Amino acid sequence: MTATTPAAAAPIVHEKARVRSWKSPIALGVFALAGLLLAFAFPNTGETTFTLSTTADAIQLAPFVVPTQLTVAILAILLVLLALGAAAFVQLGSGRAPLWIAVVFAALFLFTFLTWAAAGKNIPVPGMLVGTLALSVPLIFGALGGVISERGGVVNIAIEGQLLFGAFSAAIVGSITGQPVVALLAAMVGAMLVSFVLAAFSIKYIVDQVIVGVVLNVLVTGLTSFFYSKVLTTDPSLNSPVKFPIVPIPGLSEIPILGPVLFRQTVIVYIMYIAVFLVWFGLFKTRWGLRLRAVGEHPTAADTVGINVNRTRFWNVALAGAVVGIGGAYYTLDVVGQFGKEMTNGAGFIALAAVIFGRWDPIRATLAGLLFGFATNLQSVLGIIGSPVPSDFMLMLPYVVTIFAVAGLVGVSRAPAADGKPYIKS
Amino acid sequence: MSDEQIPAQGQKPEQPVEVEQVPVEQRAGDAVAAEKAPPPPASNRVLREILSSNWLISLLAVVVALLVGAVLIAVTDPAVQKAAGYFFARPGDTLRAIWESVSGAYISLFQGAIFNPKRGDFVNAIKPLTETLTFATPLITAGLAVALTFRVGMFNIGGRGQILIAAACAGWVSWSVSLPAPLHILLATVAAIAGGALWAGIAGVLKARTGAHEVIVTIMLNYVAFYLISYLLKTPGALQAPGSNTPKSPPALPSAVYPTLSDLLGVGSYRLHLGFLLAILATVWLWYLLNRSSLGFRFRAVGENPHAARVAGISVTRVYIVAMLLSGGLMGLAGASQVLGTTTTGFAAGVDAGIGFDAITVALLGRSRPWGVFFSGILFGALKAGGYTMQASQGIPIDIVLVVQSVIVLLIAAPPLVRSIFRLPKPDETPRARRPRATATPKVVTK
Repeated sequence: MTATTPAAAAPIVHEKARVRSWKSPIALGVFALAGLLLAFAFPNTGETTFTLSTTADAIQLAPFVVPTQLTVAILAILLVLLALGAAAFVQLGSGRAPLWIAVVFAALFLFTFLTWAAAGKNIPVPGMLVGTLALSVPLIFGALGGVISERGGVVNIAIEGQLLFGAFSAAIVGSITGQPVVALLAAMVGAMLVSFVLAAFSIKYIVDQVIVGVVLNVLVTGLTSFFYSKVLTTDPSLNSPVKFPIVPIPGLSEIPILGPVLFRQTVIVYIMYIAVFLVWFGLFKTRWGLRLRAVGEHPTAADTVGINVNRTRFWNVALAGAVVGIGGAYYTLDVVGQFGKEMTNGAGFIALAAVIFGRWDPIRATLAGLLFGFATNLQSVLGIIGSPVPSDFMLMLPYVVTIFAVAGLVGVSRAPAADGKPYIKS
Repeated sequence: MSDEQIPAQGQKPEQPVEVEQVPVEQRAGDAVAAEKAPPPPASNRVLREILSSNWLISLLAVVVALLVGAVLIAVTDPAVQKAAGYFFARPGDTLRAIWESVSGAYISLFQGAIFNPKRGDFVNAIKPLTETLTFATPLITAGLAVALTFRVGMFNIGGRGQILIAAACAGWVSWSVSLPAPLHILLATVAAIAGGALWAGIAGVLKARTGAHEVIVTIMLNYVAFYLISYLLKTPGALQAPGSNTPKSPPALPSAVYPTLSDLLGVGSYRLHLGFLLAILATVWLWYLLNRSSLGFRFRAVGENPHAARVAGISVTRVYIVAMLLSGGLMGLAGASQVLGTTTTGFAAGVDAGIGFDAITVALLGRSRPWGVFFSGILFGALKAGGYTMQASQGIPIDIVLVVQSVIVLLIAAPPLVRSIFRLPKPDETPRARRPRATATPKVVTK
């Protein structure tokens, strides 16, 4: 936002315009107000306990007990101060509230809310984090696949179908071979097949990518449900895959609180850590990533410098399918252990939301996936402790946040320039 | 190639009208025009191609999809699997088993969808046809809703959410207001239309004001509506039936229920209701709107090329909002036919029954033309009605209907694929004969 003022005699002066963005102070203000309401209009009395260790942990931490009403009041005032601080940054400082304020605010608000909601009760922190990760793993794999595919310019609405078909393939192959590794490969190949259809129709036949994606979801749902009802229920031996064993990483898994959550997991979760890094590194630090982004942002330019646009798109959509397939395998080879009809239950669409909310960036999309996993898990935690907030509204949260994100109310979410546009060489 | 034609045309500047007469040069002229005005976005072009392919492709797509369904039925049939075990000893057995399983399935599909002579007299034997039309009713109106947005170059993937909100509105009016029958039906239907329009309007306004893509917004609104309705159905005093613990609404008052065909004729137990008549009216209305009204002209202009429409003075943002509102209203009609016609004894959060997504396939099969949507809605209604019979009598899961539907739509969306399967000629192959003549002009001149 720089404006040049060419004066007649004077040298050209670059005047730097200050754009003040009041969105984030206002948003923080609204939430701070909500915090004040929790503290003073609807006070909860008693003590809130946060359990930090499970009995299996080597290092035992004492539970963290706070007096509910006092803590909530102090936290609410802190929230107000943070919102005012953000406003001060906008008015006096750079014109934009720094990101760390929003992050600290979010963490404090969450703590406020949990303290308030669990008055007189106990919140098992490790259990909550384990549940969050379990719900997030398929979302993160789906989001990574979505990022790869959309960075290359192919809209991937079919994440749901890829997850479902990955889960289905893993269940069948895992049951027949008894080898979880083979089943994992089968999940990748299965999801890749869905990708091939998406790629063939959207790139070769130039069918609208949204239509192919939507129809593929219906097709995969129909196929897997058909085989589930017709074959898997009559022959349960085809639907009992061998699960991956839990492999604790020595040393790391003994870290208090986070250790058991992050490092007492199956291979699939460890693959996820590597995949997030690899996709980030590949996209932004390697020739592959540069080409992929070029194809998604400006295919004509990419074509001019000799990149085969459609071949690049085709194989990267296939790669995206393979990545999503691992997320599908997580259902049948880890967390659930067998295939169920429509078992992904909309996770593909939350992954799509994570891609958009994460602004087509693998790290941000991963964080968005964790956030959505946390929101989904929070409703079950609150359900157990008997929270006053209806669980349906917690489940609604990822979708509402995404609508705000695409509408530009929370930051600006801009898709790759050529996302969804077929490239027709002229 | 078209670039080479431009100088040749420039040789005769005194006769610019010639551009209109020679097709190849006309294409060159289009290329020049395209440099001046921005070309329409890819989605508009793609949708136009979907609209312009012919009915033969649709028919062949249905045939291929039924063949795919037949393969699925055959390979999962235990009798076929058993016979295939000794295929090389007696191949006839395998073939006979395949024939029996597939023909049995498709005969029961026909009997469940159109006519079942085993049901005795004609009044009962024809009942499957009325079932087909009952299933088709919401599919037609929802398909019209999707088709309307396709013609404007948009997607309405939010049928599920719009139908849920509309069902909640119609449902609430149907049991909490007491009015004489015709007024009550009217009020409940209007409430459904308003509810659907409101929910779709959010996506329209966000697209027009902030540029948020309507595909993402409508998908997300589906889930928001689902959890909102789930919550209201669990909340006493909102949508939950009084004195009940299940998330289900109270039944509609009799004065709000659509009269059925049996009420009219006094025979049989047909479930076909007033909603079907409304679906016919909606089809006629949409046909008039799109083909005869100035609003429809604006819709189609924006659908063809929003940039050109804006230059021509059409408010594109207003067209987006109005189109989404009307589309949501049609979805609302589908929701009304669900709660006022089909399941009048109270509904749960699954009242949309997948119609919102089926509607996309209906609109695509109908090529986004009102009467095309009408008949493709009836075809998919027949698949649904027959699918339930097939599930009951042959043990073939109803999910196969989803497979058949999606294969139909995939093939229809990609006419070149169907053409290559059946080795059909390309539709634009006829002007090829002119090409040698066009290239016969000496190339030296162009350089």
